[in-house]
Amino acid sequence: MSAKLARREHRTAWLFLTPLVVVMLMVAVWPLGRTFFFSFTDAYLDDPAVYGMVGISNFIEVINDPAWWSAVRNTLTFAVISVAIETLLGLGIALLLNEAIPGRGLLRAAILVPWAIPVVVATKIWEWMLNDQFGVFNRILISLGLIDHGIAWTASSSLIMGVVIFIDVWMTTPFMVLLILAGLQTIPGEMMEAAEVDGIPAWKRFWSITLPLLKPAIGVAVLFRSLDAIRMFDLAYVLAASNQNVMTVSIYARDRLISFQELGVGSAASTWVFLLVALVAIILIGALRLDRSAGE
Amino acid sequence: MATTASTSSPVRIKRRSSAHYRLRRRVRKGALGVLILLVLAYTLFPYYWAIVSSTKQGAELYTTAFLPALNFSYYRQLFDNPVFMGSLLNSVFVATGTTVVSLALGIVSAYALGRLDFPQKRVVLMAILMISIFPQVAVLSGMFELINALGLYNRPSALIVTYLLSTVPFTTWILTTFIREFPRELEEAALIDGCSHFRILTRILLPLMGPSLASTGILAFILAWNEFLFALTFMLTDENKTVPVAIGLIGRTTRYEYPFGQIMAASVTVTLPLIIVVLIFQRRIVAGLTAGAVKG
Repeated sequence: MSAKLARREHRTAWLFLTPLVVVMLMVAVWPLGRTFFFSFTDAYLDDPAVYGMVGISNFIEVINDPAWWSAVRNTLTFAVISVAIETLLGLGIALLLNEAIPGRGLLRAAILVPWAIPVVVATKIWEWMLNDQFGVFNRILISLGLIDHGIAWTASSSLIMGVVIFIDVWMTTPFMVLLILAGLQTIPGEMMEAAEVDGIPAWKRFWSITLPLLKPAIGVAVLFRSLDAIRMFDLAYVLAASNQNVMTVSIYARDRLISFQELGVGSAASTWVFLLVALVAIILIGALRLDRSAGE
Repeated sequence: MATTASTSSPVRIKRRSSAHYRLRRRVRKGALGVLILLVLAYTLFPYYWAIVSSTKQGAELYTTAFLPALNFSYYRQLFDNPVFMGSLLNSVFVATGTTVVSLALGIVSAYALGRLDFPQKRVVLMAILMISIFPQVAVLSGMFELINALGLYNRPSALIVTYLLSTVPFTTWILTTFIREFPRELEEAALIDGCSHFRILTRILLPLMGPSLASTGILAFILAWNEFLFALTFMLTDENKTVPVAIGLIGRTTRYEYPFGQIMAASVTVTLPLIIVVLIFQRRIVAGLTAGAVKG
């Protein structure tokens, strides 16, 4: 291709990308920039036009707040445990779905149901099922003789984090299953057959063939899920509003910003959330070496 | 992998009767069947229980009868409630609007990223990926200002603008991978005949992209339909709220008995269309999800 033609193609490409660039500047870059800006001011939400510059004092106020650190702890606990369980459970169900079994299509459809249910709705359904007096979960446990009176799953400060993790696992394991299943289906069947003919036991076939070949698929799924888990807002908010025991960093930042109207401090907290997500993204991408395959 | 056979110690193959193998096969089949039933119960029971609960009235609700009572008065109340029906309409409007705009933006950008050559392509793809991991709370204060500046505060159309932050990067990314899968020969003849890129996109590629647009569109629709944080923050009055916020806030205001029957009826109502769509387009959705992630 001649240089002139190539240049024309570059121009066309940017012409096609103009709407995207304009929209992303408007809804992503500009708002993020304003959040950074506000975090250095003492503005309040009722009148953002009146403000003074206060340097980094908002950032310091946030990191001196014990509630912030408890939110960070909650968020990381939630992210690590829920993603770990989802990965293991997702791997298990994906392996099951990969077997030649009757009703595989039905099972794959059933798997998608929790994924399609809105977070708010799933939370409400589980809240009802876990209700201490009338919830079906306690009723079943009582009739099995495991407990003698209903447990207040969502009211107890020590159990509520477990409940949040449990609901999240229910909702997002399907996503894991689908991604891992897609990975499984790229493994050539002949390879497994050859190993089987050679008399390699099933667990070893899984450990030495399936798992290493699945690593990229699992890595991508873990990355997506972890970043999602760290910015989690809706589940904990609907279940427990501003309950300290499950308050995530997103809930903390929104509380300061909207409920307390502190545009300056709230923006600083939002900026910390952004930096936390960025840090986790960098660590995970580095650990999984995903950067090399990106964009290909 | 061929080496595994030669390096492993000679495997002693014990001779076993065919009855032994038949038994083993049967045990395996039985175990798989039990596992499948467990997975089905885990994924489907909560939604089933929501349906059952939504048709029970008064004291019936607090019994553990596992069959629906088929009393639809909660649904009648729901459909007679103008505020709930209004929020249902808002959700339909917002989710449809978001889907249309983000598909239009996505397809034009995907053509540039998937088909045209320009030096900054990698940078653009990385930027899109970075924007897609923005925590929503990080743009909240800037978005607040943007919505006010556009005069859209407390109007459902404001949500379409804010949702573009999450949907556009994702539709662009998925459609780019879909466009790359089409053979280039399709357009080469047209290009040589002097056909413009815009005409190639609208006359040659677009008619072929129905299935890709469907799977991407469904994912964008579900994302917009389920969104909670922006909808909670930017809609002030009840008549402008979307369904997830309406459901999430039921019972927040009353200190009396929690209206679980009504909440379940509302939950079933807003989820049913999603589940039907997901079951019909099962294959397309899986294709969209894995195209976005596995190649990312």
